[in-house]
Amino acid sequence: MSFGSWRLTLCTVSTLLFLSVSTLIPLSTAESAVPQVLNLGNGGEPKDLDPHTVTGVPEFHIIMNIFEGLVSKDPKNLEPIPGVAEKWKVSKDGKTYTFFLRKNAKWSQGDPVTASDFIYSWIRLLKPETASEYAYQGFYIKNGKAFNEGKLTDPNQLGLKAIDSSTLEVQLENPTPFFLSLLFHHSLYPVHKATIEKFGARWTRPENFVGNGAFTLKKWEVNRVITVAPNPFYWDKETVKLSEANFFPIDKHETEEKMFRAKSLHTVDDLPLEKLPLWQKDTTGVFKNHPYLGTYYYWFNCTKAPLNNKKVRQALTLAIDRDRIVRLVTRGGQVPATMFTPPGTGGFKPESRLPKDGSQIQKAKQLLAEAGFPNGKGLPSLEILYNTSDNHKKIAEAIQQMWRENLGISSSLFNQEWKVFLDNQQTKNYMIARAGWIADYNDPNTFLDMFVTNGGNNHSGYSNSSYDELIESAKKERNPKKRFAIFQKAEDILLEDLPVLPIYVYSRNYLLSNEVQGWHPNIEDIHPLKYISIVKK
Amino acid sequence: MGLTYILRRLLTMIPVFLLVVTLVFFMIRFAPGGPFSAEKKVPAQVLKNLEAKYHMDEPLIQQYFRYLRDLSRFDLGPSFKHSNRTVNEIIAEAFPVSMELGLISLCWALLIGISAGGLAALKPNTFYDYIPMSLSILGICLPTFVVGPVMVLIFGLWLNWLPVAGWNSWQDRLLPSLTLGFAYAAYISRLTRGGFMEIRHQDFIRTARAKGLTETQILLKHSLRGGILPVVSYLGPALAGIITGALVTETIFNIPGLGRFFIESALNRDYTVVMGTSLLYFTLIFVCNFLVDIFYVLLDPRVKYE
Repeated sequence: MSFGSWRLTLCTVSTLLFLSVSTLIPLSTAESAVPQVLNLGNGGEPKDLDPHTVTGVPEFHIIMNIFEGLVSKDPKNLEPIPGVAEKWKVSKDGKTYTFFLRKNAKWSQGDPVTASDFIYSWIRLLKPETASEYAYQGFYIKNGKAFNEGKLTDPNQLGLKAIDSSTLEVQLENPTPFFLSLLFHHSLYPVHKATIEKFGARWTRPENFVGNGAFTLKKWEVNRVITVAPNPFYWDKETVKLSEANFFPIDKHETEEKMFRAKSLHTVDDLPLEKLPLWQKDTTGVFKNHPYLGTYYYWFNCTKAPLNNKKVRQALTLAIDRDRIVRLVTRGGQVPATMFTPPGTGGFKPESRLPKDGSQIQKAKQLLAEAGFPNGKGLPSLEILYNTSDNHKKIAEAIQQMWRENLGISSSLFNQEWKVFLDNQQTKNYMIARAGWIADYNDPNTFLDMFVTNGGNNHSGYSNSSYDELIESAKKERNPKKRFAIFQKAEDILLEDLPVLPIYVYSRNYLLSNEVQGWHPNIEDIHPLKYISIVKK
Repeated sequence: MGLTYILRRLLTMIPVFLLVVTLVFFMIRFAPGGPFSAEKKVPAQVLKNLEAKYHMDEPLIQQYFRYLRDLSRFDLGPSFKHSNRTVNEIIAEAFPVSMELGLISLCWALLIGISAGGLAALKPNTFYDYIPMSLSILGICLPTFVVGPVMVLIFGLWLNWLPVAGWNSWQDRLLPSLTLGFAYAAYISRLTRGGFMEIRHQDFIRTARAKGLTETQILLKHSLRGGILPVVSYLGPALAGIITGALVTETIFNIPGLGRFFIESALNRDYTVVMGTSLLYFTLIFVCNFLVDIFYVLLDPRVKYE
C-alpha cells in the first residue's frame, strides 16, 4: 500500500468513524423476573411537591401517592373511601363533619398522623403568607375565607377542632355535599409540621421530605426523573406491590411516544394529535381513550356589541356542527358538548340543550335576522382569539368556516402567546376567546359556579341574578336529587343566555402497557400507584 | 500580545453586561402577563400574597436595584416556578449537562469536520471531495429537529441499539451529541477545505516542498496550522452557539439541560430564571469569543493585538 492511499484510508476511516461507533454498541436488554418498577411519562417538570402551593396536574400525579388525605378514592368508581380517617360522621344540618383517624396512620419517618397535623396543614393552606393558589379549597371551612383575606387573624376561629389526637371536628360554612370528594384534592392533604419548620421551602427535597402516603419521595433530579418508593410506615403497606415508580418529566409528546415504543415507559401522559389516527387502529390494547372531566368552549364577551345581544350569541352557537368538529378536526374521541357540564360529573347528567350537529341552522339564521342582521348583513367582523397552538387554530378555522357558510358571517382569527392571551382574556380585551375548564373536584359546582356575577373565572362579563341565586341555593341543598334539579335549572339558564359556546367534552388519549395491572381508566384520570402492579406479558 | 489588550477587553465587558442586565430586566417585566397568571384565575387576595412573597409589590425600580444588589453577591434569587430551588441551584444542575452535551458535540463536529474537509482538500474535485462536500451541504440544510427524530427512528426504534431519550448512561449521549454535532461538522468541513485549499498554493508550502519534506510533514507542520485558522475563528461562536442553542436537541431527547429552562422560563415569565440564564449565556458568548481572539494570536503570527 502506497503512503498516499494509506493516508486516504486513514481519513476515510476517521470520517466514517462516527457512524460505526454508534452501530457497534447494542444495548443489553436482559430482563430479570418482572421487576415491580413502573415508568411513567408525566408531562412537564413539577413546580414543587408541596401540596399547598402547587396547582398542576403533573404535580398531583405524584403528590396523591406520597401524601394521603382524610378520604381516598376508590380507583374504579371514584367513590370516597377511608384514607387517614377510618370513618366519619356528618351532623344533621350537614355542616359538621367528625373524622375518626386510624391509629396506625404514620408519617414516612414513623410519627403518627394526628388530628392536629390536619389543623396545622389547613391553617397553613389558608395563611396569607403561604400564598396558596388553591386556598379557596379551604373556604368551605368556617371562617376560612376571612382568615385567608386577613380579616381574621386568629386561627382558633376557624371551624377546626381536635377533640383528641385521633378525632377531628370540622365545621363548614354551608352544608357542602361534595366536601368528602374535595378531601381528595391535594390542597387538603396533611403536611409534617416539624419538617417544614426545620427546612422551610426546601422541605420537599428528597433528603428532607416527610409525607404520609403509600409512597415516599426517593429521588428528584430536575428535568430528569422523580422516583418514589414505598413508605415503610404506611398503614396499608401490604396492598402496595410496586418497589419503585419513576415519573419522567417529558415536555414533548413525540418523545414520550417514542420512549413508549422503545419500552422505556409503561405509560405516556398524552399523545401527539397526528399520531392519534395511527394508534386508534392499534389492536394490542395499549391505546386508551375515555371522556375526561373538562369542557372546551369559547367565551363570548357579553360587555361589547354585537355579542352583548343574546340572539347573536344564540345564532352563533346553533350554527356550529359540533359532531363534525370532533369527527374531522380533533379526532380524539371527544364528545360534542350539547350542554356545559360534562355528563357524569359527580353523577349529574345534564339535559342536552344544544344541537349535536347542524340541524338547527335555520333557527340560527332566523335568530340572527331577529337580532337585526339578516344573513349576517350589518354584523361587524368577529374576532376569535386563541393561544398559539395548531389544535386551537384548526378548531377556530372550522368554526370560522361554519359561520361563513351557515350564517354568512365573516370572522378573523388571532393567536397570542399563552400569557399574553390570558392577560387579554382576563381584562376582557377580546370578542370571542378560546377556553377550557377542567374540574377541580368531581361535582357540577366546579363547572357552574364559574358563571356567577363577577366570579373570578367568569371572563365574559355575564351576569344573571336568578342564575346566581340558583348556584347559591345549590350550596345549601343536601338532597342530591333536588340539588341536581337546581343545577339543571342553572344549566338551562346558561344555555339560554349563552355567555359561552360549548364545543366538546375533553377526552383522554394515552398509551398504557399491557403489563400494568390495577390501572382503571376513569373520568377524573386518577390512578393511585398503591393498587398498581406489573405482570409479565 | 499586550496585557493591556486583555484588560481593556475585560473592562469593556462591564458596561455591556450592565446594559444586558437592564434590558433583559425591563423587557421581561413589560411583557404582558406575569409569573402568576393562569387559566384558573388566582383570587386577588392570593395574588397580593404571592406578590408580597416575591417582593413584586415594590416599585419596579426598587426591584431592579434589589436585583443588582443580589447579583453583585452572585445571588440570582429564587425561581418563581420551581419554588424550592434557587436560580443558582438550577444553573448549577443544568449548565454542566448543557456543557457536556456541547463539548461532546463539538468533538464530533471537529473530528468529522476536519477529517472530511481535509480529505476533500487533499483530493479536490474527485470522489473524495464530492461525497463529503455534498454531505456537508445536507448537514447545513437539515435542521436538528429533522436529523434528531430520524436518528431516533433508525437507531432507537428500528435497530433498537440506542435509547430514544434520557441522559443517564453513556449510550444516552450518542444520538443527541451526533445530532447537534452534525450541523457544526458540516460547516467545519467546508471551512477546513477552504482553509487548506488556500494554503496549499502559498509560497511557504512550495518552499517546504522544495526542501524535500514529505507530504505528511507538510500537512502536519505547515498546512494544518494555517489551514484550520478559519475553523478556529469559527470555534468561539460555535462553542457558544452549540451550548446555548442546544434547546431543540434537549427537547427532542429530553435532556435536563439549561436550554429547556431558558425557553420555559420565558414562557412562564419566571423572571429570575430568565435573568439568570440570559446573563449566563451572555457571559459565555463573550468569554468564548475572547478566548478565540487570544488563541488566534498564538496560531497566526501575522495577528497582533495592541
